Parts: sequence; structure tokens; C-alpha cells
Amino acid sequence: MPKITKITIFTVLFFILGVFYLSLTRETNYNTSNLISKEVPEFKIIYFNDSNYFTNQDLKKNKYTLINFWASWCYPCKIEHPILIKLSKENKLKMVGVNFKDKSDQALQFLDSLSNPYDILLKDTKGKQSVNFGIYGIPESILVNEKSTIIKKFVGPLSIDDYREIKKVIN
Amino acid sequence: MKSKFFLLIFILYSSFLYSNEKIIEPNTIHKNLRCLVCQGQSIADSNSDFAQTIKLVVKDLVKAGKTEEEIYSFMSDKYGEWIVFKPRLNLHNSLLWFLPYIFLVFGGFFIFKIIKKDKKS
Amino acid sequence: MLSNFGNLLLLSNTIISLGIIYHANKNLKNSNNFISKIIYKLSLIQSTIIIACFFTLVAAFIISDFSITAVYQNSHSMKPLFYKVAGTWGNHEGSLLLWVIILTIFSYLFLVYNNDHPKKFRLLTLIIQNFLIIGFLFFILFNSNPFSSLSPIPKEGLGLNPILQDPALAIHPPLLYIGFVGSSIYFSAAIASLISNYSEKSFSNAIKNWVLISWCFQTLGILVGSIWAYYELGWGGFWFWDPVENASLLPWFAMTALFHTLIVFEKRNIFYFWVIVLCLMTFILSVTGTFLVRSGILNSVHTFASDPTRGVYILLFLSLMILGSVFLLFKKYKKKNHNVNQNSKETFILINNWFMMFYLITVLLGTIYPIFTDVLTDKKISIGPPFYNAIIFPVVIIFLLFMAIGPKVKWIKNKFENIKNYFIILIFSIGLNFLIIFFFKSYSVLSNFIIISAIFLILSSFMDLKDALIKKKLDLARIVSHISFGFLVLFIGLNSIFSVEKDYNIKLGEKKIFENYSIHLQSLDLKKFSNYQSVIGELEINNITSNEKNILKPEIRIYENPKTLTYEASIKTNLLKDYYLTMSNIDRSDFYNIKFQKKPLMIWIWLSVIMIVVGGFLRLFKNAKNN
Repeated sequence: MPKITKITIFTVLFFILGVFYLSLTRETNYNTSNLISKEVPEFKIIYFNDSNYFTNQDLKKNKYTLINFWASWCYPCKIEHPILIKLSKENKLKMVGVNFKDKSDQALQFLDSLSNPYDILLKDTKGKQSVNFGIYGIPESILVNEKSTIIKKFVGPLSIDDYREIKKVIN
Repeated sequence: MKSKFFLLIFILYSSFLYSNEKIIEPNTIHKNLRCLVCQGQSIADSNSDFAQTIKLVVKDLVKAGKTEEEIYSFMSDKYGEWIVFKPRLNLHNSLLWFLPYIFLVFGGFFIFKIIKKDKKS
Repeated sequence: MLSNFGNLLLLSNTIISLGIIYHANKNLKNSNNFISKIIYKLSLIQSTIIIACFFTLVAAFIISDFSITAVYQNSHSMKPLFYKVAGTWGNHEGSLLLWVIILTIFSYLFLVYNNDHPKKFRLLTLIIQNFLIIGFLFFILFNSNPFSSLSPIPKEGLGLNPILQDPALAIHPPLLYIGFVGSSIYFSAAIASLISNYSEKSFSNAIKNWVLISWCFQTLGILVGSIWAYYELGWGGFWFWDPVENASLLPWFAMTALFHTLIVFEKRNIFYFWVIVLCLMTFILSVTGTFLVRSGILNSVHTFASDPTRGVYILLFLSLMILGSVFLLFKKYKKKNHNVNQNSKETFILINNWFMMFYLITVLLGTIYPIFTDVLTDKKISIGPPFYNAIIFPVVIIFLLFMAIGPKVKWIKNKFENIKNYFIILIFSIGLNFLIIFFFKSYSVLSNFIIISAIFLILSSFMDLKDALIKKKLDLARIVSHISFGFLVLFIGLNSIFSVEKDYNIKLGEKKIFENYSIHLQSLDLKKFSNYQSVIGELEINNITSNEKNILKPEIRIYENPKTLTYEASIKTNLLKDYYLTMSNIDRSDFYNIKFQKKPLMIWIWLSVIMIVVGGFLRLFKNAKNN
């Protein structure tokens, strides 16, 4: 067997074993970071209180927008609520809340008891519009700039670190 | 004359079979999409909330006349390639799709060589 | 106390294994022709101890000794007895004990049953096998010890996942392990054969029955796993090309290629190095599969809980095995002249190997490619049934044709008589296919070809059978296995073409009508059982055209320890088809999601695989009789 074949085979084997070893140290959880630094896909979500639609054009009106997907039946949404209230005080950041697969009266009750951090309130009763944003569970929040480019995706309840990060970006 | 007749039947039959393949069956699409919040299940097999939502969106897309490929592109644009079970044909995955057949061809050559040797000796 | 006893047994076995290696090595050096009695005695003691060790763990599970970590994590005092016992090997640590048992028992049996083979070869096999045993014993002792103890002793265990509490799943690991762990013995034998230069065709006699046994049990293990998936997991499928399933299929391809090549090696004394490569490959693939499954790097429906240190250990073991055997192979490789005629049985067996390696590479690639894209490009991709089906199905068509013709071809030089017969069979096959289309419905081009080739294989095998009975030269084993394989492909093809799958959201009392069926959710019942509560739905499925009514009762089960929700499918089986129904609740609504499936010919699929194994056992029987 020619020497070159032997060397090639050994190299390939070392390579495969090496990749296996490296894979042991990797994070196996999947996050949909796919859309980051891409433009928000086409969407139109209905307003909570009337029959108008919020679309991509509306996103371009603000310097920064935080789109937060939430529901009254979602426990972690309660946990992240104080952070949302804090963020609502930032005037460079427009807060858009999308009520996800919820009942209107229960949603309003939720906001009544915890206070409403949102500048704009929308609803996605069947959850279909959220798919445009790559949402797979709630709560999820998406930070968008005036060019309607997605800057960051937050999967799960916002933490204080997330709050600091958002503050850094918008300032 | 007979062979031309058979050829015509064959062409008609094949085109009939081929046109059948164009009908989009939502279940096929559901089977090809991964439920992201489950462990290894497809949208077809999962009854999670996420799966329900995706099924509704697929229904809308099929109604809007999208082809299977377009639906997969739509999903993988939003959720990443991980959501489709059929690897997309791009530069990254070309090795995956071609290597088995490259092997098949090389293997064939190799066997041919072994057998050919005898004819000469 | 049981914990200490178990650890003591493990430790003793490690020492005994070292002792065997020492004595075997000593024995190698003296020039007499027999293996000293002490080696036999030590091997017997080794087997006895590991069996005792295993039963110690079983006892711990039966009496629910929660001071032992493995029992605490995987059992519960209210578990039924059968599943307490099965829980022993239904977890990572316990299953490793099963590994060592198979390694050890096969080591002893191989030693005892191979008296007609050179001493050096037998001793070397024993030594290599014992290195494997020690490797696993070290893994158990230092990383995954089922006897590790807990203090303070918990009052109750965490329980066993309810979907694992199933009779099919209970026997699935032991069957599989006799399969791919058993392949260790011919891995060791291959290395021994290389070192001792034992390359005569009698080498085939040393390993061929072991290859057959491991192949039969591997096939059964895969079958039982699929049966479990079909009955338990609730999606109505039996094969998902999931990484864990693929891990059991990879050694199977190598084993199949191997016992076919052994036929040639035994008859013509050619392809020795390829036989060695296949022997090494089978066990290497087995350990690779174990690595992929237990290290946690692949996302799968069936993953064990994972721990990266396990992965490191197994990878180290695997690397030593691969690099060591490849290095040895390179050192010992000598180019040989083969003298294979184009038109001979040898060629057709080469073709079988060619196809087996194609399937192997496809499945291996599909399984490990995502790891490469993740590590090298930070992208995660999924590879599922559409990939495997697209690549493999077209090739199966031609494979079946070769399978039909190959066995009738003669050794060395063949004259193609009876080509006319094959044409007639082909016409018949095409005809039968058209009948199916005419009476039922049409299907894709690819499916047409697969059905035709499967029928071709079946009909040619029957023709073979007829000829063989006339000439009184009956190779029943091969005919049974090949026909059954043809039937398997046929039934799987028909099942996939004619399956009906419908998904509805339905309220209590509602009736839905589709095609020529109606589904009516008649009632919902809440029942309490010993370790779970169950919501049982009663659904009537009515076939409108035939007015055939069936009542199916799918369940939603709420288990307590651990707190899990499972969905039990209701399956009504008859000779022609299965009705398959699952019910699940939809959060925050009073609708239920009902998934109705009609799956034709399921029971024939299972039977075909059993018949393939029967063929294997027939061959084994014949080999034993001839010796």
C-alpha cells in the first residue's frame, strides 16, 4: 500500500476523532439566532383595540423598537415584567407588546394588575404572525432598529443583564 | 410501429405519475419540519403548542399557492436550517448529498479493476 | 452492603482479567501446543463473577435499595416487579454491566469452542478481548459505576420514565448487545489473526458462527426496538432515521457484508484482508455508536441523560481501538492476487459488499455530518427521513435485482442459462404491479420500481426453491432470508404508499367525516391506576363504504414519579391493516387533537423481519450439524 494512502487515511481518522472531541465541549441548545442582523420579514399584526394593522413601515418610524411576545397564561412573562417596566422609561425605545394566543379579557386583567409597559399593544390570537419573527416559545423579545434590522433576540424572560445590554445598544 | 405505440403509452403513463407527485400533501410537509421545543420529533408527530402554530401557518402558505420548497425556505429563513429535516442543497451540504454517490461510483470502479485483472492474466 | 459487594466483584474481575492476560502471555511463550488449564479456570471464574455482579444489581433494584445511585435515579418502590428488574439495564451505568457480561461470556465461549485452531491465535484473541473487558471495567469503576452509593439514603427513588416500562423495551438492550457487543469477539479474533498470521480459510470457521449469532440478535434487537417505537411512542412510525436507530444499523450493514464475504473466503481463500477489515469495522462502528448515543452530542428522541466525561472516556477508548487496529492492518497488509472472474458468484458477493458499504456510508454520513457542520461552521442542520429515503431508495431497486440473480450464479465461472426465466419473472412482476395500481391507486415512479424489484426478488426466490427441491440441493437458509427480505421491502413499500394519516381537532360528542371514514368522539373517562391516572377517550371509527365499525380507546396518562404525561396509542390490528389512533389535549381549550392513521400490512412487516432471522438461525443450525 503506497505511503501516501496510509498517511491520508491516518489524517482523515485523526480529523474525525478531533471533531468528535471538539463537539463534546459545545453547547447543544439551539437558539434561533438566524434572523439576527437581517431585516424583519414582512408581517402585519392587528392592534389590540381596533382593526388597524401594525406593519414593517411602522417599525421604521422609531429609532429602536422592542417587540415583546407575552400572554396572561405565561408564568415567566410575569417574572420579566419589572424589566419591561424599566425599559418603558427609556424614551429612545418604543415598546411594542404582542399578546400571543390569549383571551382579550384575561390579557387586559394581566396588564391592569401589573401595569402596562407598552407604547403599542397588538394581538396575535392564533400565533401565526409570530412565526414571521422566528418565535417558538414565550416570552421572547426582539430588538429592532429604524432600518427594521433585527439587532438581538432574547429567548425566555428578560434578565437584568439583558436590560443592561439593551440600554447599551440604544445609547 | 408497435414500439412507438409502447413508447407513447410509457410517456403518457410517466407524465400521469409525475403530475400526481405535484400535489402538496400538508402531512408530508409536517413530517419534514422539526418541532423545535420537542426532542427529535417532527411537527407531524408533535402536539405541542409550537407544532399547532406551525401547522396553521403551513396551511395558509399552501392556500397561498406556495410550493414545498418555498415553504421550507420560509421556515428555514425564520428558524434556521435546523427546522427542516431535508438538508438544503447549498455549498455546506453538497458533500453530504454527493459523497454517497461518489462512493458508489468509485466502489464500482474498484470492483471493476479487481475483476478486470483476471481477464488479462 | 450490596454496593460494597458489587464493587468487590467488579474489582476482582479486573484483577482476574489482568491475570488472564498475564497467563495467556506466558503461555504464548512456551512452545507446547496446549493452553494451560489455569487460563480456562480463570475465564470461567471471570464469567461467573460478572454474572453474580449483574444479579447483585438486579437484587438491589428488586429490593429498592436506594443507597445505590443507579437504583435511586431509575427506580421507585411502586414500580411493578418486571420493570424493576428491567430497570437494571435501562440506564447508562447498568447497561455497561450488560456490556461487560457479553464481552466476558463470549470470551470464555470462544476459548472453549475453538479447540481446532492454532494456540497462538486463540491466546491472542483472549488477550485482546480481555483488554476490551478491562477497558470497560475501568470505565465502570472510574466513571459510571452502577454501585456508587448515596448518603444519606433517600426514602424513595426518582422512578423510571413510563415510556421505558414496556416489555419490548425490556428485552431490546440484551438482544442488541448480543449483537453488536458480541461483535467484539471477532474484532479480537481479527487482530489475533493478523498478529499470528492465521490467514488460511479455516480462520473463517473460527468466526463464522459468531458473526451469524451476532447478526441474528442484532436484527432481532432492531426489530424489537422498532416494535416498541410503533406501539409506545405514538407517532405510528417504526423507523425515524434517528441517530440512536442509525447507531444500531451501522454494525448491521458491516455484519451482513461480513458473513457474505466469509462464504467466498471459505470457498476460494480470497479477500482475507477485506474480511479482517469488516471484522474490525463492525465492532468499531458499535463503539462509535455507543459514543454518539451516550456522549450527548446528538439530539435524539432516545438519548440517555448525558455527561461529557463519559464522552471523553469512550472517545479515548474508541481512538485507541481505531488507531491501533489500522496501524496493525497497515503493517501486516500484503497485496494478493485475486483471480476473480467477471461472471461468477464471487463477483455478486462483491456487489453485495459494494451496496452494503454504500448504505453504511450514507447512514454514517447522515448521522455524523451535523456534528461536523456544527463544530466547523457553527451551523446546526437536521438530517432526517427525507435525506435517507432520497439517497437509499433508488439504490435498493437495483440491489434487489442483484439479490435475485446472485445466489444462482456459479462459482468461478458461470454460464447464464435460464435468462429467459428471468425475463418471464420480470414481466410477471410488472404485471402484478399494474394490478395493484389498477385495483387500488397509483403511486410515484420510484415506488413503482421498488414494488417491481421486490416482487422480482420474491418470485425468483420461489423459482429457486422449486428448482432446488427438484434437484434436492436445498439451501433453505438463504432462500428463506432472501424471500423474506423481498417481502419486507414489498410490505414496507405498500405500507408507505397506502397509509392514511389524518389530524383533527375535535370536541367531546363531535363527529368528523373524511374520505370514506367517520370519527366520533363518544366519551371521555377518567380512571385511576396504581401509578398513574388516565383520561381514556372512546372513539368510533366507521368505514362508511363497508360499514365496518371499530372502537378505539387512546389514553392520556398522567404519571406521578416522575411527573410525566404520556399519550398511549390505541391500535387495532388485523391481517390487512392497523388502525392507529392517538389523542392529546390542546392547552387552554376543550378541543382534543385526534390523529387517525390507517397502516396497512404492519404485522407482515414484523413477520418478514422475523423470517429473515429464521433464515440466519437455519444456517447456524446447519453449520452446527456439519461440525
